[in-house]
Formats: sequence, structure tokens, C-alpha cells
Amino acid sequence: MLVDGGEDEEKWLAEGIAGLQHNAFYMHRSLDSNNLRDALKYSAQMLSELRTSRLSPHKYYELYMRAFDELRKLEMFFKEEVQRGFSVIDLYELVQHAGNILPRLYLLCTVGSVYIKSKEAPAKDVLKDLVEMCRGIQHPVRGLFLRSYLSQVSRDKLPDIGSEYEGDVDSVVESVEFVLQNFTEMNKLWVRMQHQVGKNLHVLSQIEGVDLDMYKETVLPRILEQVVNCKDEIAQYYLMDCTIQVFPDEYHLQTLETLLGAFPQLQPTVDIKTVLSRLMERLSNYAASSTEVLPEFLQVEAFAKLSNAIGKVVEAQVDMPVVGAISLYVSLLTFTLRVHPDRLDYVDQVLGACAKKLIGKAKLEDSKATKQIVALLSAPLEKYNDIVTALKLSNYPRVMDHLDAGTNKIMAVVIIQSIMKNMTCISTADKVEALFELIKGLIKDMDETPVDELDEEDFKEEQNSVARLIHMLHNDDPEEMLKIIGTVRKHFLLGGPRRLPFTVPPLVFSALKLVRRLQGQDGDVTGEEVSVTPKKIFQILHQTIEALSIIPSPELALRLYLQCAEAANDCDLEPVAYEFFTQAFILYEEEVADSKAQVTAIHLIIGTLHRMNIFGVENRDTLTHKATGYSAKLLKKPDQCRAVYACAHLFWVDDQDGIKDGERVLLCLKRALRIANAAQQMANVTRGSSGSVALFVEILNKYLYFFEKGNLQITSAAIQGLVELIMNELQSDNTTSDPSADTFLASTLRYIQFQKQKGGAMGEKYEQIKVAKV
Amino acid sequence: MVLVLALGDLHIPHRAAELPAKFKSMLVPGKIQHIICTGNLCIKEVHDYLKSLCPDMHITRGEYDEDSHYPETKTLTIGQFKLGLCHGHQVIPWGDLDSLAMLQRQLDVDVLVTGHTHQFKAYKHEGGVVINPGSATGAYSSITYDVNPSFVLMDIDALRVVVYVYELIDGEVKVDKIDFKKTATTQPTH
Repeated sequence: MLVDGGEDEEKWLAEGIAGLQHNAFYMHRSLDSNNLRDALKYSAQMLSELRTSRLSPHKYYELYMRAFDELRKLEMFFKEEVQRGFSVIDLYELVQHAGNILPRLYLLCTVGSVYIKSKEAPAKDVLKDLVEMCRGIQHPVRGLFLRSYLSQVSRDKLPDIGSEYEGDVDSVVESVEFVLQNFTEMNKLWVRMQHQVGKNLHVLSQIEGVDLDMYKETVLPRILEQVVNCKDEIAQYYLMDCTIQVFPDEYHLQTLETLLGAFPQLQPTVDIKTVLSRLMERLSNYAASSTEVLPEFLQVEAFAKLSNAIGKVVEAQVDMPVVGAISLYVSLLTFTLRVHPDRLDYVDQVLGACAKKLIGKAKLEDSKATKQIVALLSAPLEKYNDIVTALKLSNYPRVMDHLDAGTNKIMAVVIIQSIMKNMTCISTADKVEALFELIKGLIKDMDETPVDELDEEDFKEEQNSVARLIHMLHNDDPEEMLKIIGTVRKHFLLGGPRRLPFTVPPLVFSALKLVRRLQGQDGDVTGEEVSVTPKKIFQILHQTIEALSIIPSPELALRLYLQCAEAANDCDLEPVAYEFFTQAFILYEEEVADSKAQVTAIHLIIGTLHRMNIFGVENRDTLTHKATGYSAKLLKKPDQCRAVYACAHLFWVDDQDGIKDGERVLLCLKRALRIANAAQQMANVTRGSSGSVALFVEILNKYLYFFEKGNLQITSAAIQGLVELIMNELQSDNTTSDPSADTFLASTLRYIQFQKQKGGAMGEKYEQIKVAKV
Repeated sequence: MVLVLALGDLHIPHRAAELPAKFKSMLVPGKIQHIICTGNLCIKEVHDYLKSLCPDMHITRGEYDEDSHYPETKTLTIGQFKLGLCHGHQVIPWGDLDSLAMLQRQLDVDVLVTGHTHQFKAYKHEGGVVINPGSATGAYSSITYDVNPSFVLMDIDALRVVVYVYELIDGEVKVDKIDFKKTATTQPTH
């Protein structure tokens, strides 16, 4: 069983460590007493523990590290011995007497290190001797660790330019030869000892004498040859990765072709995408480090080479999961955006290559692949902070199409958020068209997802973000603006009944803003052909709101019709304004059923109608007649009463050429009084007590209003009468007590008093009203 | 000293995308004790945003508000002041001071805050105050042309209220200050 195996291994390791420590103890004692022979004996016994074959490389490593520490002490001792006059050559001979080959070689390497330091023999000879002798161990784990040890102890003693062990001119070549040989040997022993092998590459990269030419001509080709020939997928992956990580950026850039050329030769199962991604990441960072290095990239045509290599890899590795391919394109895109931010064609090319890879894949269902696509699509947005740039990428929507409906929407929201955050103005109809292609997942139903499966809150949020977006679509030129509105409208009308209530209002207000802009210019332009007129826009508005009214969303449509009516009024377009009012009335009559909604609607109708000043007598009469009629037909008496007294204002407009029909004002107020009376009677019948006097106080205030405005039909006597009536009602036991009505009356009476005291014409007017002092 | 933020008619997302960035950076949580909003927010996201600035929020219903639970009018007392709140589309003629004064009498308030016209206004009236904070987003209005975004901060202290009007004009925030003192009203006794 595996668990037992693990436990066994632990046991073996513990035994090994115990044996090692035991011998190390005696070795220390020998060292302390300067007993060289015993020291060698115990150290050889100690190193014998490394001869085990029972440990996995991982556990072996633990044992090795302990031995390594002990060997450092031994090395120190050797060094001191040599300083004391002991011949290093004798020492080198002496350790060869160790009985077993493995301890012997460890000791040889240790003395070898001291030998080089003593400079009694050329470093390169000693190193060559050692690397040859290590061939004696062919067991992979043991051999690897031994060579690792050799690499470790010789690391600081390689003849290099400027190093103290520098020999003749060829010494650098020799050093490289030594490391490469050790590397080659270790590679043969390769099991899964990744950390050990990589050290060679690392050492290689730190030899300063390895300049670009040597790297290009000798080092890289030989490394790659080894890598390709070893045919082990994990080794290949690791070595390629090591090579990329340890050598300088500019070396990679200058040998890009050679390096990339090795990729297609690797085993088909090697995780090339990760290695390649890391290479691109490195190069991207290099490019970002300084603008001075950018010309190098151009010179070697880095983009083309990488793009080409990726194409080949994607083509060759047919089994590569789609997420792998996409992540390669993400890396390439990151590279491109860093190195060639100005080359939008490169960006589009990467997207195009990705889209091509995705052909036939319809929608992606792999969440990792989806994530990568989102990363791919987000990168240009983040880089340029400007959706307008992204809109120029013809392959952008092609890639986006492969996202599943949900992610597609999220991406669309990201796009909108980018626009909002950067306050990007989308200024032409063409760009709007391109943008809507990207966010079409939000604009219309893309698939058969049942409505009830959609989260209502999410849907609202999405549609509200679309509504917000409309305010970013703008052009100062009315003609282009009208085109934009037309484009938006075309798309919105396909949105279906659930979307229209969200999308139509911002569109309507966008169009109304355009109307207002034209308003000032209209008439100024004579002779010139004007293609965009308020009239034309009102036609579009009419049709757009109509779509909303048939959903049905009558309350919203009614409000928008009224907005249009007022705008048409300001443009002096009476028939248009009348038509909008007609539509509003039709909706009111036929569609607005809720009594509370009716109350609000009728106030909006009255309020708007009050502001209209272009209607001729006939049209105006028709509309005011309708409005008062509706008011009197509201369900609840108090609502009726309030709407009717509000209608009084329709006959009294306080501007220069305003309507001042005092008689009809009075008629409205009297009608309101009758309704208030009826309301009280009704309360009497149903509750046994008459209702509140609040309505009467409200009407009293309206009387005062028109009295002040100079409506001669409203007399002080009538006001006085009304006040008395209210007082009587309040004193009657029958009346329901209503503190708010009481305070309202009190403040109204206080107001009368206030006006009286004001003096002047108004004070005089008020003096006629005789009311009990409060 | 109590700070009250009064604003309304944001009309998001129908007529504006967002509150101006300059306003947003000024309105930070923890500084304001009460928010009074006249309505037409119009959506929940805006409601939630305001609530994040100050949890004590009072809203009345505008004709475009999706939340139909906002009341038509509301009164509250802050310190010595009684405040009334109403969107204003119910008060005809729209924005008419005398008609608003009637509402002020009806609600029996010292300060009446209404909206709808998208035009900042502050009047002293019969010893009280009538305020319209304008449109916080500078939203399109059929009533007012060239609307500048504006809102009002009221600093209420004992019998004094200082009204600060913040208006965004050509990208710059201009502040105006109007001072009101409440004349201790002698409550009539019978």
C-alpha cells in the first residue's frame, strides 16, 4: 500500500540520518583531534549512507543536504591541513583509498575543490578529471546528486574572465565545456531531479565570458540539442523553462528564431504554452523596462516570429485544449500591447488568429477558456482606456461571439463600464453600430434562455447600464446625432417588451435634447437645406414611444408623450403637440387602470397642459374639457376634488398673453366644493360621521390664490363664507377630528392675518375679508 | 449643528448617466446626518448609493421613480425646524411659489423642499423657507433650459439654518450661501 510505502520511506530516511549523524559525530571528534585518517574513515562511512537505493529523490535530497553540510566542515578541515603544510596532491591521493566508489567520489570532489583553490594544478585539469571520474556512478539518483555536488563545489572556482582561476585564453571555453559536460551527463541521468539539473544552466548563465555570440553559436544550440534529444516531456518542459528564465532578455530576443525553432521539435505532450507564455511575459517585461530596448524588438521582428511560432505550435499540437491556445494568444496580445501599442493591426491579427482557432467551437463551455477569452478581450480595453480604439478591431466581435450568453453579457457590461469610467464619447453612427454589435447580448435575446430563469435583479442592472450608455453617444453635428439616434432606435426596437421600458426613455430624452438644440437655430437658416428638423425628430419620437405603449407600458409612455408635447410646444408645432396630447389621453382612457396611477397621470396632464401656450381656442378647449372630465371621474372623491381644483389653473395662466377666464376658474372651484360636500356626505353614510374638513381648507387656499391673482369672480364674501362653513363644520360634533386639518386651517388663517398686516394693495384687498381673529 | 443634504431629480438613467464626478467626490459617507431627496432618482442603484452616504434618508416620490412605495409627501423635525418634502409634480402650476406656499401651510412646516423644475430656488416666505435643490445631475427638463447640476446642504443649528447651494458651472463647483433665521413663532392661543 502506498501509505505503508510512505511510512517505510520515512523509516529508511530516519535510519539513514541516524547512521549519518552517528558517523558524523566521530568524524567531528577526529577533526577536533586533527586525526586525518580517522576523519577520512568516518566521513567515508558517513557518506556510505548515500548509497541507499530505497529513497525517492525527494527523501534522498534530505539526506544529501545533511551530508552536504558535513562535507563543508570536512572541506574546511582539508583547507586548514593544506595551509598547515599537508600536500594537497597527497590528500587527493589519500582519499582515493576509500573503499566504496560513491564515498570516494564525494571525497575527491571535496578535496578537488581545495586543490583548485591551492592553485597547485590548473583548475581546468582538476575539473576535467572530476567530471570524468563521476561517470563511475550510473545510478540515476545517486549520480545526479553527486554531479550536483560537483557543480556546487566547483561553482565559485570556474575559470572565467577576471576570476582568480583564469588560465589561458581558452579557459572560458573550458569552463563552459566542463559545465556542459556535467550537464550532459546529468541529463542522461535525468529522472525527475529538476532542481539539480537546472543549476548547471544557472551556473552557465552566470559565467560572464558567455557573451551573446558564444551563447548564440555554442551554448544555446547545444542546450537545445540536448533538450530535443532527451525526448522526456517533463525534462523538456523544465529545461526549456530554465533556459528561458536564466539567460538575459536580450539573448532571447537575439536568438528568438533558434529558440522558437526548438518548440515544434519537442514531444507533443510538452506543456509548450506555459513555457512560451513565460517567454513572452519575460519579453513583455523587458520591453516595459525601458523604451530604449524597443528598437531591438522591431529589428528582430519579434512579433512576427512569436506569432508565427504560436501558429505552428497550435497547428502541431492538435490535442492542445482550446484554453491552452487561447492563453497563448493572451500572452501574445499582452506582448503586443506592451511592445507595439501603436500597432492596432497586430492586436487585430492576434484576435483574428484566436477567432480562427475557435471556428467550429460555437460557444465555449469550459470556464477556464471563457476566462481567458475575457482576459483577451479586456486587455485592449485596459490598455487604450478607450472603447473607440477597440471598435476598430474587426476581429473583436468575432472572438466575443464564442462566449456563452452569460459571459458575453458580463463582457458587454465590462465594455459599457469602461466607456462610463473613461467618459468616452461615441461620436458617430458607425461607431455606435460597432459598439452595439459588441453589446448585442444585452440589447436583444440571444438564445432561448427562458425568461423566468434570468435573475430579475441582474437583468435590471444590465438594462440600466445600457440606458446609461445612451448618454455617452453624442455628436454636436445634428445630422450625425440624428443618425446615432436612428441607429440606437433600430437596435432597441428589437429588444422585446422586457427591455423597452428601460431603453426607450433615455433614447427619447436624447432625441429631445437634440430637438432643443435645433430649437434655437431654427428659422435662422434661410435658403439652406435643413435635413434635420424638430418635426422629423418628433416623428421618430412618436413611433418610438408607440412601441412602448403597446407593450404595454402605458404610464411611462404617457409621461414621455407629455414631455414631447411640451417640447413641440416650445418648437411652435401646434399639430404635433396636439397629437402627442391625444396619444397621452388615449393611453389614459384605455390603458391606465390603477386608480393611484390615474391620480398621478391626471396631475401630469393638467400640469403640462397648463404650460402649453400654442393651442388655438378650439384645441385648447377640447383638451381642457377632457382633462376636467377625467378629473371629475377619478375613483375617490378626495382625488376628484383635488384634480378638479387643479383644473382651475387651466383657465388662469399667469403670463403676459395668458388666459384669464375668471368665471370658469370659479366653476371649477365650485365643482370642487360640491365634490368635497359629497365626500363628507358619503363619509356620513358609511362611517356615521362626516369626514375631514381638509378638502375645504384646501379649496379655501385656492380661493385665496385666485383672489390674490385678481380674479374678480372670487369675492371676499365667498372666502368669508367658506371660512365660516369650515368653522361650523369643525364645531359640529359630527365631524371626525383631524389634527392636520386643524393646523392647516390655523396656518391659513394666520396667512390671511399676515397678508392683512402686510399693507399696500394686497393688505387692502385682504382687509375686505372679515374673519375671526385666531 | 446638523448637516442635511437635500437633492433630487437625478433622473438616472433616463436623462443622465451618473452624478457628476465632482459631486461624488464631495459627497462622502459620514459627514451628513440626514438626506432629504425630493424624488426621481429613478432606480434602486441610486437609492443604494445615497443610502451609502447616510442611512437616515427621506424620499418622496417623483413621477419617474420605479419604487412606488415612496410617499407623496413627508414631514420630519430636525432640531427646532420642521421640514416638509414633496416632489412637486402634484403642485400645479409647477414651481409656482404661491402654490408651494399653500403646501407649506398644509404641511405646517418651516422649510419646504420640492423639486420637479430642475431649477435651484430658495425663498423666504411668510417666515418660512421654500427650497428647490435643482437637479443633482443637471438633467434635461421641459420646464428649465440649460440646467446646471446642483444640490443643497443645510446646516441647521438651533434657530438658524444656513443653506449652501453647490452648483456645477462649466466644470467648476460654485458655492452660494443663504442664511435664514427662524423667527420664534408666537403660537396663537384662543
